[in-house]
Amino acid sequence: MMMTTVVLAGVGGQGTILAGDVLAKVAVAEGMDVKLSEVHGMAQRGGSVETFVRFGQTVFSPVVDPGMADHLIAFEMTEAARTLTYLRPGGTLVVNRRTVDSLPVLIGDMPAPEGLEEALVGEGAIFLDAEALACEAGSPRSANIVLMGAASYALPFEVPTWERVISDRVPPKTVEANLRAFHLGRDACAEGVCSL
Amino acid sequence: MSGNEAVARGAWEAGASVGVGYPGTPSTEVLENLVKYEGVHCEWAPNEKVAAEVAGGASLGGVRALVTMKHVGLNVAADVLYTQSYTGVTGGLVYLVADDPGMHSSQNEQDTRNHGVGARVPVLEPSDSQEALEYTRAAFEISERFDVPVIVRLTTRISHGKGLVTAGSRTEVATRPYERDARKYVMMPGNARVRLRDVAARDEALAAYGSTAEVNRAEERSQSLGVITSGIAYQYVREALPEASVLKLGLTVPLPAQLILDFASRVERVAVVEELDRHLTMRVRALGIDVEEVDLPRRGELSPRIVAEAFGAPPLSRRELVDGLPPRPPLLCPGCPHRGLFYALGKVRAVVTGDIGCYTLGTLPPLNGMDSCVCMGASIGMAHGMDLAGSVERPVVAVIGDSTFAHSGLTGLLHMAYARSEGTVIVLDNRTTAMTGHQGNPVNGVFIDGSDAPAIDLDAVCLALGAGSVRTVDPHDLDATLNVLREETAADHLSVIVSKAPCALLIKDHHDPYAVDEELCTKCGSCVRLGCPAISRDENGRAVIDTATCVGCGQCVQVCRYDAIVGVGPSCDLGGGR
Repeated sequence: MMMTTVVLAGVGGQGTILAGDVLAKVAVAEGMDVKLSEVHGMAQRGGSVETFVRFGQTVFSPVVDPGMADHLIAFEMTEAARTLTYLRPGGTLVVNRRTVDSLPVLIGDMPAPEGLEEALVGEGAIFLDAEALACEAGSPRSANIVLMGAASYALPFEVPTWERVISDRVPPKTVEANLRAFHLGRDACAEGVCSL
Repeated sequence: MSGNEAVARGAWEAGASVGVGYPGTPSTEVLENLVKYEGVHCEWAPNEKVAAEVAGGASLGGVRALVTMKHVGLNVAADVLYTQSYTGVTGGLVYLVADDPGMHSSQNEQDTRNHGVGARVPVLEPSDSQEALEYTRAAFEISERFDVPVIVRLTTRISHGKGLVTAGSRTEVATRPYERDARKYVMMPGNARVRLRDVAARDEALAAYGSTAEVNRAEERSQSLGVITSGIAYQYVREALPEASVLKLGLTVPLPAQLILDFASRVERVAVVEELDRHLTMRVRALGIDVEEVDLPRRGELSPRIVAEAFGAPPLSRRELVDGLPPRPPLLCPGCPHRGLFYALGKVRAVVTGDIGCYTLGTLPPLNGMDSCVCMGASIGMAHGMDLAGSVERPVVAVIGDSTFAHSGLTGLLHMAYARSEGTVIVLDNRTTAMTGHQGNPVNGVFIDGSDAPAIDLDAVCLALGAGSVRTVDPHDLDATLNVLREETAADHLSVIVSKAPCALLIKDHHDPYAVDEELCTKCGSCVRLGCPAISRDENGRAVIDTATCVGCGQCVQVCRYDAIVGVGPSCDLGGGR
């Protein structure tokens, strides 16, 4: 089996690391070799976060180079633009339709980037309003799982495996809401809001 | 498991009964995971030198001990290590040292293999989580068999990368009986000279061992190219050059000369792929082997693509969507107490010698709050030295965190007192070791398992060390902080100011968020200059507070001269600001 590479990109505090962990565990549960790499440290909140998940028969490098990712799941539009360089031609691009301004923008040192959404549409991006769907699911903090639901449409794993791993991985009190969040993300794709 | 989790597992399986270290990314999680196992006593030490001494003492007492740190931490502990190399060990003694190529969260890039060579201790380099576990177990065996401390060297991608691991069970190791042996353990010159002969013999024995040990293995594939590699670079080589024969070295110090000579004789071309220093390249060349010159960077991380292109693969096309995207530097959290202190330091136009911790981020705009940052504890000595230079008209102030003060600030303060300094040292006591993820330390009074520990009395300690005054301020109270800062920087004695308020991430029950009254906001931008991630401007230039991000610390309320920042929610107390 070919190796598949997924890049998750967001801002510290958005739950990218937990999402990457869920994806890695789903791949393990379906019998694959998996490697996961993330960089953290420095500030606890607010920096760019990139998580690489690679799965297949044998995975060597945990690190991904530009042009190598099959799927890019972006939790925020600026990070989508920043990390688009990882995506190979023809790879899938799932983007949460929101921006989190970085400090240079907040303090007025730099203008907020304009036209990101249009530019990403031009790259074939599939958009979701993950926070809105997460609220609908009953847990505003489950936007990361909404995005994994959307991504699940493009990934070769069974829905029950996703459900089992999510149930194991999220706080017990939020299992129901997270499972709803997963399906709202997945259904959004099914209904053509995003068509993978 | 991550590589760090796997090292913890490996140490436990090897029967280690003591774990000690100082937190530092990317090494921190090793001890945090080891403490979860039964049968291992774990401690955070105030610094790496003390940690290495504690582990050395445990080893002398006959048990297996693991000491953990990041690469710069080994500089602090190097004094211990270089002599432990002479004394050797009783129980197995293993140093877990995590390097950070690319400096994701470090102030320099260094290659711990150099310390291995310098101290003449073996260095093991795992290439994934499974090997992190196995090599840690092996390290304890090697330590006892060759009477030597052993370094297990990880790098960021091994420490924080995760992969599948087959775990084993714990081997209970009997405590080796303590026997007094001053000629081995008292390193005065006469004894050390004798031990040095043993070290030389050990070097040879270890090199011979390395040529047959399982951790070093030749993988035979095409004979046209043979690549010698170690650590994470092995994974990149396997992905980028699937046809090449590979000599995968797990034990890189000392070099297994015979194994390398044999491998080189079986392939047409020999190349070396390694991250950071040309440790292997130079030493393999010294064996008389014609190592091909490969165009690999000597700094930062490698990757499969960098390796592939160095061996002639065409560059992959890459997409760039938008030029000039705003960067997203790490920043002080919403509600961070350090923000209030740096704001006040800006008001007194202080020259600030800084240190290693979250507060280092106070360097960034808009606070621009720091003039130097070198290593743990350096802020205090640097401030004193700047005063000696006599060239600065503005107040010179040292800032240092609570954990960092315990790590290596105490001696600096003692020296300032001894030297009759009239300077100002600020201890940013946010009740935790924040940047590495909230570890306990002697100031906050928390053990590694989260239970209560005796907390040192900062005031009493600083006074005992010779400070002329110790005053505590709440950095969220900007006026009060500013007043104390003005008084103490003008005072003719050595001052310690304790800036005391818990890390914003420790507070579970935050105040209600604030909002901006559009009618009253004059667009002056004062609040924005705090650099709080919750505050931005709308298209008209008015301040906007993101209520989802705001934790209600109230610093912006005090900065606004027009009373335009107001509370939302019923329980919000506007009167005191907080």
